[in-house]
Amino acid sequence: MPAPSPDAAGRPARDSVFSASGDLATEVTRIADGDAYNTEALRSLDPDQVEGARPKKRLGLFFWIAAGFFLLVVVLAITAPWLPIKNPAKVVGRPRLAPGAQFWFGTDALGRDIFSRVIWGARASLAVGFLSIIFGGVIGTSVGIAAGYLRGKTETVLMVMMDVLLSFPALLLALAIVNFTDSKTVITVSIALGIVAIAPTARLVRANALIYGQREFVTAARSLGASHIRILRREILPNIIPPLLSFSIIAIAVAMVAEGGLSFLGLSIDAASTATWGNMIVSGKPALENGAPWIALIPSAVLFLTVLSLNFSGDRIREYTDVKEG
Amino acid sequence: MQLVVVLLCVTFLSFLLLELLPGDTATRLCAGAGGQECVDQKRAEFHLNDPMPVRYVRWLGSAVTGDLGTSARNAQPVSEALAERMPVTIELLLYSQFLALLVSVPLAFAAAKRAGGVLDRTSSASLFMLLAVPNFVMAMLLIWIFPVTLKIGNATGYTAFSEDPIASLASLTIPAVCLAVAEMAVYMRLLRTDLIATMQEDFIAMARAKGMTPRRVLYGHAFKPSTFSLITVIGLNFGRLVGGTIILEVIFGLNGLGGYTYAAIQGQDYVPVQGAVVVIACAYVVVNFLVDLLYAALDPRIRHARALA
Amino acid sequence: MTDTSPHAQNSPLLEVKNLSTSFRTERGVVHAVDDVSFVLERGQTLGVVGESGSGKTVLSRSVMGLLPNRNVIREGNVMYEGTDVIGYNEKQMSHVWGAEMAMIFQDPMTSLNPVMKIGKQITESLRHHLGVDKEEAKATATALLRQVGIPEPERRLNEYPHQLSGGMRQRVTIAIALACGPKILFADEPTTALDVTVQAQILDLLDDLQRDRHMAMILVSHDLGVVASRTDEIMVMYGGKVVEKAATAELFRNMKMPYTEALLRSIPRIESPSHTRLEAIPGRPPNVLSPPKGCNFAPRCRYVQEKCLNEEPPLESENGHAWRCWYPVGSAANREALERNTAAGVPVGVPAPGAMSSAGGI
Repeated sequence: MPAPSPDAAGRPARDSVFSASGDLATEVTRIADGDAYNTEALRSLDPDQVEGARPKKRLGLFFWIAAGFFLLVVVLAITAPWLPIKNPAKVVGRPRLAPGAQFWFGTDALGRDIFSRVIWGARASLAVGFLSIIFGGVIGTSVGIAAGYLRGKTETVLMVMMDVLLSFPALLLALAIVNFTDSKTVITVSIALGIVAIAPTARLVRANALIYGQREFVTAARSLGASHIRILRREILPNIIPPLLSFSIIAIAVAMVAEGGLSFLGLSIDAASTATWGNMIVSGKPALENGAPWIALIPSAVLFLTVLSLNFSGDRIREYTDVKEG
Repeated sequence: MQLVVVLLCVTFLSFLLLELLPGDTATRLCAGAGGQECVDQKRAEFHLNDPMPVRYVRWLGSAVTGDLGTSARNAQPVSEALAERMPVTIELLLYSQFLALLVSVPLAFAAAKRAGGVLDRTSSASLFMLLAVPNFVMAMLLIWIFPVTLKIGNATGYTAFSEDPIASLASLTIPAVCLAVAEMAVYMRLLRTDLIATMQEDFIAMARAKGMTPRRVLYGHAFKPSTFSLITVIGLNFGRLVGGTIILEVIFGLNGLGGYTYAAIQGQDYVPVQGAVVVIACAYVVVNFLVDLLYAALDPRIRHARALA
Repeated sequence: MTDTSPHAQNSPLLEVKNLSTSFRTERGVVHAVDDVSFVLERGQTLGVVGESGSGKTVLSRSVMGLLPNRNVIREGNVMYEGTDVIGYNEKQMSHVWGAEMAMIFQDPMTSLNPVMKIGKQITESLRHHLGVDKEEAKATATALLRQVGIPEPERRLNEYPHQLSGGMRQRVTIAIALACGPKILFADEPTTALDVTVQAQILDLLDDLQRDRHMAMILVSHDLGVVASRTDEIMVMYGGKVVEKAATAELFRNMKMPYTEALLRSIPRIESPSHTRLEAIPGRPPNVLSPPKGCNFAPRCRYVQEKCLNEEPPLESENGHAWRCWYPVGSAANREALERNTAAGVPVGVPAPGAMSSAGGI
């Protein structure tokens, strides 16, 4: 068996598990080797058994649905100030009203409109998600490229640092930073989560930089005098971007969830000043046990759907751009 | 070896971190009452005026002998407190991973038998969706469904395993499910994919050609070589989750490692935090080591390669 | 499944009648094996020869029934001791495999389970089919390993495949295959993955074992040399079809297919002076999705005529020698065809117009 790796993709076979063994595949490949037309024909025989075959390049309908949903959330969040929704911070109705015609999502324990709070909450939650991943992503990518491309001592030192960062329990790290800095703004929380995101990003980028940096093409280019920057820009970076993209999309979801988690510990953005989905869920917890579950469950559902759409999109992009080297 | 270096770095880093961040233990402790004399006294008591490297080494020295210091808040030795609380977290982890495997392994086999079939696609899709549910959301949902609506079980409370194993597990079921759900999807997918890949191998065709029943081929021949990725991830998860149960412990009022660390951080009590970090990092190292041993046990090629090396 | 009815006793051990195996793919149906028939008696060896893509590997698996059920269509009859096993499901076949028919694969490194002890890989077969207990199985396994020429068999029982050399591993697969005394052994390119020095040893071993057990064997290879001296009958395949079939001696004495002739010519000879050019067969195997009209081999044949490109030759047979050619080697028509081609300067290896247009339709 090949060396274990958690990312072992392996594509599903079309048929039952008792399909023809590798010999058939080899024979099929040998036929394919000779003739381009045969190759096309035989790839469809069982593309996952023929080496070098690529999966169908389609993002799929569900991808567009997921991406569309996420985009909708983003658009609503951005345009919140101009939307005809009630003021999220003001008491606009009786408290703990169930969802109905007047208040689509009902009202919370103080009587504020949950629907508009969800939309405004999106701003903070999304902001944390994006900012933290951009912050961590930029730093992590730089570290990863430096390590994977420059190799040698640079790599060792950087990767040990990343290892240390990784071994640090992520939540604790974020907790400590937020708590000790005593400030609970979007920026602080984003930076805390961003720091946690550095190490995984660096690992991913380094792995890819290694692969593409080892190519003979690169050695040849260097020997012709191409500068590092040029090679990085033209060879390494374009190849790192696809996996980095899908990883980042999923990471945004993780960051948003982490913000929610921090809210539970009272260490995220202050609920009194700004609504986030996380702190809405937390403030809804008491009501869960006495008669008004929607206060916690509606933002939960929205968070879930957003995370789902991000996960799904990131996953589809990864499959779409995953070029297996035959 | 490299792991020891990492361990040292982690502990040093956390020391550093706690140093650099604003906030001073002595001041917090004396918040309100005591004034300057209190602060000075606390400083002397906890050697807070010594330079940092000195304090680190002193801490390291005692840590190696098992003395992780004393909490500034309640004067309880940290190691004692941790020893009290570790079993809770460990029980939660073991239980949750057991539940995750209970669901994911059979599903993986069923899915692999007819790859691309209905069961495969529906279970993959459902587990993928479950994966998107944050564990606190799952907690909210389960609390609402079971204790509140159906009146089954308690939202908080814990019975120690040593007192009553069954009640203990029962009290941990909801939080364990929250943790398990997140991992189920990953485990099932990994095992299923590996099984399918293994089934394409020649030795499986050979086993069939010998006349072995399909069941025997799947469980007796395909299973073992397909477990490597799964084991790797389970190991990594254990390491990761030891520090990751904080939220659930807080929600469900469990007195485990996470809850303890949280309380310490809240109280700016850095000694227990340091101790907890050490324990967590050690757990990670130990688990990785155990996973390595498990590889060797499972795959004779690795065993022999190591013997030669 | 030892059928001792008179019906079984009069029938040949294995009779394959008009076997066709096709794969349903998204782009159409691939005819990997097309209308193959042959008869095999106890103790006989049939050699199946062909290039990659000729369908020889699919054939052996198809006869054994090892192919998946979905998207695979098998037609024809596979009569084993008088009973047609083509309709058998997996469970029924699992009684046949190992006990009646066995197979050894090309690459012994991948055909042995890397995490299972060698002894177990042999004994599990014994215990499943013959119901023997652990001790007896172990003893039998040891004897088997000794039979296949592995020194220190007791020790080997507890070892793993990666601890043995390639040749030894192949011996182990042979031991596994023969453990339950099957009547037919399918040897699918058994020596291709081995060192040249070991190849002869393995083939000799197979010979001996076969004789001792009076076992039938189907030896599949791309190498005419391998099958030349070790078979009773040879079947040459091309493009999924049988293109020539004859008793071995007769085949070499009197070959009729231009393809077989070309195969023979392409074997380098040790007597030739150094730097003699290797004679490869020009051109490529046929397009499996849309095979050309007419003879499959026509584009690469030095005797090709107009008729060959348009009409597919049927399988003719005379005195047990079958061939599929309009201008068989050794006939007058064949000589004339060659003269015409040489005069006209027809280049060999250009794909026939038929092949091009069918490919364009994909």
